[in-house]
Amino acid sequence: MNFVTPDFTPAIPEMVLLALASFILIADTLWSERFKHATYYATQLSLILVGALVLTSFSTETVITFNESFIRDSFGDVLKLFILIVSFGVFLFSREYLTQNDFYKGEFFTLGLFSIIGMLVMVSAYNFITLFVGLEIMSLALYAMIAMQRDSSQATEAAIKYFVLGALATGMLLYGLSMIYGATGTLTLSEIANVIQTGKADGVVLAFGLVFIVIGLGFKLGAVPFHMWVPDVYHGSPTAVTLFIGSAPKIAAFAIAYRLLVDALPGLVVDWQPLLIILSILSMVVGTVIALAQTNFKRLLAYSGIAHIGFLLLGFIAATPEGYSAAMFYVIVYALTSVAAFGMIIVLAKTGFEFDQIADFKGLNQRSPWLALMTLVIMFSMAGIPPFIGFYAKLVVLEEVITSGFVWLAIIGVVTAVAGAFYYLRVVKVMYFDVPTDNEALKPTGGDIAIGISVYSLALLVLGLMPAWLMSITYNSLLG
Amino acid sequence: MSVGYPILSTLIWLPIVAGLIVLFAGRNNPNFAKWFSLAAAVLTFILSIPLYTAFDTTTSTMQFVERFSWIPQYNIEYFLGVDGLSMPLVLLTTFTQVLVIASAWTVIKERVEQYMGAFMIMQGLMIGVFVALDAVLFYVFWEALLIPMFIVIGKWGGPKRVYATLKFFLYTFFGSVFMLVAFLYMYFQSGSFSILDFHAMPIAMTAQILIFLAFLIAFAVKIPMFPVHTWLPDAHVEAPTAGSVVLAAIMLKMGGYGFVRFSLPITPDAAMTLDWLVILLSLIAIVYIGFVALIQSDMKKLVAYSSIAHMGFVTLGMFVVYAIYRETGLVEGAALGMEGAMVQMVSHGFISGAMFLAIGVLYDRMHTREIGAYGGVVNTMPWFGFFAVLFAMANAGLPGTSGFVGEFMVILSAFKANVWWGVLAATTLIVGAAYTLWMIKRVIFGSVQNESVAKLEDLNRREFAIMATLAFVIILLGVWPNPLLEVMHSSVDNLLIQATTSKL
Repeated sequence: MNFVTPDFTPAIPEMVLLALASFILIADTLWSERFKHATYYATQLSLILVGALVLTSFSTETVITFNESFIRDSFGDVLKLFILIVSFGVFLFSREYLTQNDFYKGEFFTLGLFSIIGMLVMVSAYNFITLFVGLEIMSLALYAMIAMQRDSSQATEAAIKYFVLGALATGMLLYGLSMIYGATGTLTLSEIANVIQTGKADGVVLAFGLVFIVIGLGFKLGAVPFHMWVPDVYHGSPTAVTLFIGSAPKIAAFAIAYRLLVDALPGLVVDWQPLLIILSILSMVVGTVIALAQTNFKRLLAYSGIAHIGFLLLGFIAATPEGYSAAMFYVIVYALTSVAAFGMIIVLAKTGFEFDQIADFKGLNQRSPWLALMTLVIMFSMAGIPPFIGFYAKLVVLEEVITSGFVWLAIIGVVTAVAGAFYYLRVVKVMYFDVPTDNEALKPTGGDIAIGISVYSLALLVLGLMPAWLMSITYNSLLG
Repeated sequence: MSVGYPILSTLIWLPIVAGLIVLFAGRNNPNFAKWFSLAAAVLTFILSIPLYTAFDTTTSTMQFVERFSWIPQYNIEYFLGVDGLSMPLVLLTTFTQVLVIASAWTVIKERVEQYMGAFMIMQGLMIGVFVALDAVLFYVFWEALLIPMFIVIGKWGGPKRVYATLKFFLYTFFGSVFMLVAFLYMYFQSGSFSILDFHAMPIAMTAQILIFLAFLIAFAVKIPMFPVHTWLPDAHVEAPTAGSVVLAAIMLKMGGYGFVRFSLPITPDAAMTLDWLVILLSLIAIVYIGFVALIQSDMKKLVAYSSIAHMGFVTLGMFVVYAIYRETGLVEGAALGMEGAMVQMVSHGFISGAMFLAIGVLYDRMHTREIGAYGGVVNTMPWFGFFAVLFAMANAGLPGTSGFVGEFMVILSAFKANVWWGVLAATTLIVGAAYTLWMIKRVIFGSVQNESVAKLEDLNRREFAIMATLAFVIILLGVWPNPLLEVMHSSVDNLLIQATTSKL
């Protein structure tokens, strides 16, 4: 057997990002305190550079390389691009938060970059090993990021919870992957699909493997009944980290769900569809109902995020390329909205004041009409009220699930959406109708985050008026 | 049909853009906010007039059509057009808006720019609802409308405003999501979101019944029909005057419009099978809600309940069509009921708007809506007394006012369908007269009850102008409804054919 140099070009963005991240890691320890913000700028520049690389190398052609373990396709490119866009926002708001809370450390950004590398690898994984390695790179970096605020017992608790449950989930996933490997004798996604197609694999082992994989994915996505960590981790983590966990990793988790369920196990669709139906209904109902009782804004977003994952799964349940593209649209919209929502908390926070209780939003309209309006946009977008983009995300998944014949599921979905509207409305109510306890005018502490939050929030409106643009990207990336 | 500019888009986007400008430029400058809004409202009204003058009354096809692809992946279009059913409602909206803006002139002191901006944006969205011919576009306007209304009621409303506005929002949202599911289902069947395609597509009976029920929930909440009417009195009572006017005059009409644009033409067989349900609910609304109105001690609540009763006429007129059709096998006789319903919608828009504005005039002076707090108002406010009595008469359906025309047409056709329906519907003339006139007697007439009434000042010029305009329109439509009937004629005939042609 001869060693053949693999085709490196499909992985250039990941490799460049790795090189830059390593450079920043070292540089950060070297450059003096005076240049501490250089780490931040270098990080953002790296993201822009890698984003540009992804964008310029974009093609509709699918390339598989590294001995069939790495794939570059338009689906992956689109997701990577959005992971980078979302992460850019995350770092933008994080810097402000870190400075305010006096734990501005270069490690935050380097860990973040490594985590992003993990996500990009997950998106491009074409065999179980790559997929797992990507997942671990991402997760380990995230655990460390939560634990960075060492003197906060809350953060430490969140980190341990996330670590233990995350490890459990990874274990489950790994267990499932090994069973599938045992049944099919291969690690490459397309070959697994082929073996299952031929019917030579043992059905029982496959079914067991599938169940474990779905459990692992359920953990990572935060779907009920594997959602327990979500509210505690979101609440306990420093807001900057919550912002990160709540956005980009969801896109990556969506990507591996797609790679596993659709690329590797399309033959088991009749098996995973009912599993996902249960997860989806539970997530929508439990997420919505528990969210109703929350008084903490971060926990509210955590539970509402669980409900959103339920909606996202509807796209998978449809089990058609259109359905997957609808789910993809949903996850991108969700990640963008999430950045805006958690970013808003950071924008509103002051040194020593977290602004994460719903009551903190009291009378925001009087203190800062502009930020109140932006929060209103975010809330209504999350609630799925037109003309904001959140509505179209719900529209497309509902359409696809109806097209696949599950009208009843769509009805459950819309009913939970109505119940869900209540807690978003409550935030709007508090902002617009309640009298502020503190009459002082609120101004964002930095010009960059003020512009950032406006751009992210207004994007929800602008995309909502012209949803065809984003929709055509996700649609074409899956349907050619 | 063309008037030199994309008239429907203009009517939608001009107010919305004006609203946004007011929202941002009007901060700390209430005078600018007011004058700019008024100018925009007047301009929109002027620009909407060609809709009437250039309207082709001989056809039932959509006019002033604008059609572009919007979301090609799902075949969703930016598709606008009007026919004889929607055109009068658009004019009603643009006309009412001018009065709405004027009515808030001195009353609103807090955050004027947000108030004016919200109403201007609402106007654009309401027109959008009436002219959208793509189901998703329609839904977008329909739902987006909830946002400014939510803010308006919750921010400038009465003491229980937060409860009322949440109830309003959640009721309507709950109603409309089923409509969305129905739209998505029909898209799945037909591959198009065009409402005109929905009209043409065949649908099996079970599906029709489910779609009909989904529509019924959505529109019944909006109209509102018994038993999902309970949000209306709350919302009306708590909303600021202009909010009540917009709710009563225009937003309620969306429910009625929904029936004629969606329910009847899309699911004619289900409508024919389930017409008893709607008729039953309408009669309950007319009779029972009429009695409920009688005992109200709050003027706004009384008018709110009377709105529900009057809207009962609208749904009754629309659905007696089927009984008449079954009886006679002809659709011609049914046209009376349908046209009556449409006239009733427009006329109720003017009358309820006028009633709420009149109550607003009193409320601005005395800050109470309790009937018991007034008495003998006519002694200190003679002009106001004159208009209030006129509007009350119109509300009671006195011949010569627009209130009479629609009610009379509906009652006539109800008699044609079933004598008892006719009798029940006609009782409203008595009950309606009772509660309206009794209120007027207690508030307007008699001797001056207390000192605050004695100190009341009569209408100022602005209020006089608003009242006089409304009075003029109400009487004009009452004695000469022909211009309105004329534009509806072809569309109603076409609708009746659609509503009675089986789609199985």
